[in-house]
Amino acid sequence: MAKRYSRRKFIKIAVASGAALSIADLSINHASGRLPVDRIRESPGGDLPARYVMVLDLNKCDGCGKCTDVCTSSRFVPKGQEWIKVFKMSDEEQETIFIRPCQQCQFPPCVNVCPVGAAFQREDGAVLIDHTICIGCRMCMAACPYHARYFNWEEPEHTPEELAHTYSPEEPWPHHKGVVDKCEFCLDHAAEGRIPPCAKVCPNGVIYYGDRYQNVVKSSLESVTLKDMLEKRHARRFKEELGTEPNVYYLFEKEVID
Amino acid sequence: MGQEDNVKSSEPRKKAPLTASGFSTSDLIFFKPLMSSGKLFYLFVAILVSIFGLGVYAFLTQFQDGLIVTGLREPVFWGVYMANFIFFAGIAMAGTLISAVLQLAHAEWRKPITRLAESITVSALLMSALMPMIDIGRPDRFLNVFLYGRIQSPIIWDMLSLTSYLIGSTIFLYLPLIPDIAELRDRLTSVSPIRRWIYKTLSLGWVGSEMQWRRLKNAMRAMTLVIVPVAVSIHTVLAWTLAVQFRAGWHSAMFGAFFVGGAVFSGTAALIIAIGIFRKVYHLEHYLTLRHFKNLSYIVVTLGVIMIYLNINEYLTAVYVGEIDDLAWMGLLFNGSFSLPFYLYVFMGLIIPIFIIAIPRTRTIPGIMFASLLVVIGMWLERYVIISAPLANPIMPYPVGLYTPSWVEWAITAGAFAGFILTYTILAKLFPIMSRWELFEGSEKGHKEH
Repeated sequence: MAKRYSRRKFIKIAVASGAALSIADLSINHASGRLPVDRIRESPGGDLPARYVMVLDLNKCDGCGKCTDVCTSSRFVPKGQEWIKVFKMSDEEQETIFIRPCQQCQFPPCVNVCPVGAAFQREDGAVLIDHTICIGCRMCMAACPYHARYFNWEEPEHTPEELAHTYSPEEPWPHHKGVVDKCEFCLDHAAEGRIPPCAKVCPNGVIYYGDRYQNVVKSSLESVTLKDMLEKRHARRFKEELGTEPNVYYLFEKEVID
Repeated sequence: MGQEDNVKSSEPRKKAPLTASGFSTSDLIFFKPLMSSGKLFYLFVAILVSIFGLGVYAFLTQFQDGLIVTGLREPVFWGVYMANFIFFAGIAMAGTLISAVLQLAHAEWRKPITRLAESITVSALLMSALMPMIDIGRPDRFLNVFLYGRIQSPIIWDMLSLTSYLIGSTIFLYLPLIPDIAELRDRLTSVSPIRRWIYKTLSLGWVGSEMQWRRLKNAMRAMTLVIVPVAVSIHTVLAWTLAVQFRAGWHSAMFGAFFVGGAVFSGTAALIIAIGIFRKVYHLEHYLTLRHFKNLSYIVVTLGVIMIYLNINEYLTAVYVGEIDDLAWMGLLFNGSFSLPFYLYVFMGLIIPIFIIAIPRTRTIPGIMFASLLVVIGMWLERYVIISAPLANPIMPYPVGLYTPSWVEWAITAGAFAGFILTYTILAKLFPIMSRWELFEGSEKGHKEH
């Protein structure tokens, strides 16, 4: 009987201390304003807070697709993927153009559903993928309302240059099969104060890129004040009703002069 | 064969309710399959093992070359693997329903089929649990789910409830087996040393003392109550994996109920097929009567009607409002690339089986079995359609997604079915397929009542 008693006691103590620990853990994490198992990662480059945004002036876009090409070559994007995709939709009257990079949501659904935290949000809010732990379940692809994510169905073709590179979530190559890839918002360029290759090569200066806190965005042609442009040009975000709060803005209307 | 004499000479160690001396004719029905196997049995197992082997080969090919060998691509990045995952979990509902729900409802007729039903649960769940590991792009990193698991992710909900259900239903199957295993340990002395070791270990030193019986019954009662919410939770969180996404066709509040209903529906149908086969092969006409088939078929009909009701709810409300996304993905079902599986599901899987069972002339054992087979096939198609059609409907201005499963996917699916039947066969070869002491208890109680 003594043995039974001690076993019961052991289980009781184990369960009670387990519960106490998890409650303590939850409350500490709750107090610090984050969920218990979310690992928040520091962003490299500087103590100043930064939040990178993109503004796409669709009026100026002629759909040449140079942004997609340079993205594919400079980021070694696997075949079949278009991290910044130019959609051309035409009816009888006119051709409408739409450009879709990763929307860098403030509340990213992909990060919510990831079982292992491979889809993660950096401390500055940037949404990235840690390809070293991704299990390839494609839950994030189901969650993303913008179809910004692609799966590496097979081992991509490699170049020596790509293979020589050291992987980091900001510069995620060499790419490998079995994991999810997407537009990384070129945070490596941003950290050095440069605009991404897609913005740089655009002949019409469609793509503006910059830091929300510095309130300046730059295209290949000009530098403008972010807030003024968003307000004056009635900037909108894609699928705003979903509440994902993207950091990519679209300008549909012609320049407003007042 | 002399086997029987051999067994007879070994006396049961302790007095237990069923250990009368030797095997009576009715005992033989239970024990003969455990003692000897015919040529047909080995042929059957050989076929199953080779189909399973084909599945393993297909998986190795996929592991080597990546998921490129499947028919999956963007935007239809989930297909038959996910359908199998949900389908097998659904089939697994059989055991819980028959053993737990009917026990809580004091339906005594369930007794001869409880173990057959619970064995379906364990075998099907094993195959269900394999599917996510096959579907993911990096199966070698599967352990990351445990190392880095985030409770916010529906995949982790799936994992938690699937493992709980697997452990729970294994215990549920195992508990009433203990007295039977102890009897096998004492009386089946002519089998191989490995099997004797298995029986000895698994019987946990059961001698049939009053205290052991009391504890066993308490544990069984507790498990009966525990297993029902666990079973409901697994189908619900599986549904939530889809329902928590921004997708027309998935993001539905009804999905949980829809999946639980589908699970009971297909699980009961699968059980009818299983008991039909065992009745024939094991000559159990005395135990498994038309009454069992009829009662189970009434459950199938009820759930069939509920499924039709839920379908109408889903489609009518969406079509009435006519949101573009809803119309687009339903268009794929009603008049698009998913029409064939969808109409097969509706007519062959729902409407025709209901009529077969509802009409008294066709409500025979072969009739009910045929209807059940249609239900099982129909429900697999339903899982497939519900996974892939909303994905094929593009969320960006892409063309509609196309998906044709490749040979690898079919081979793995066939392998999973073979694995399911194989596990079931092995369970039936190792242990008696009916809980004999429970049967006995039932008849005793029945006599008292009369």
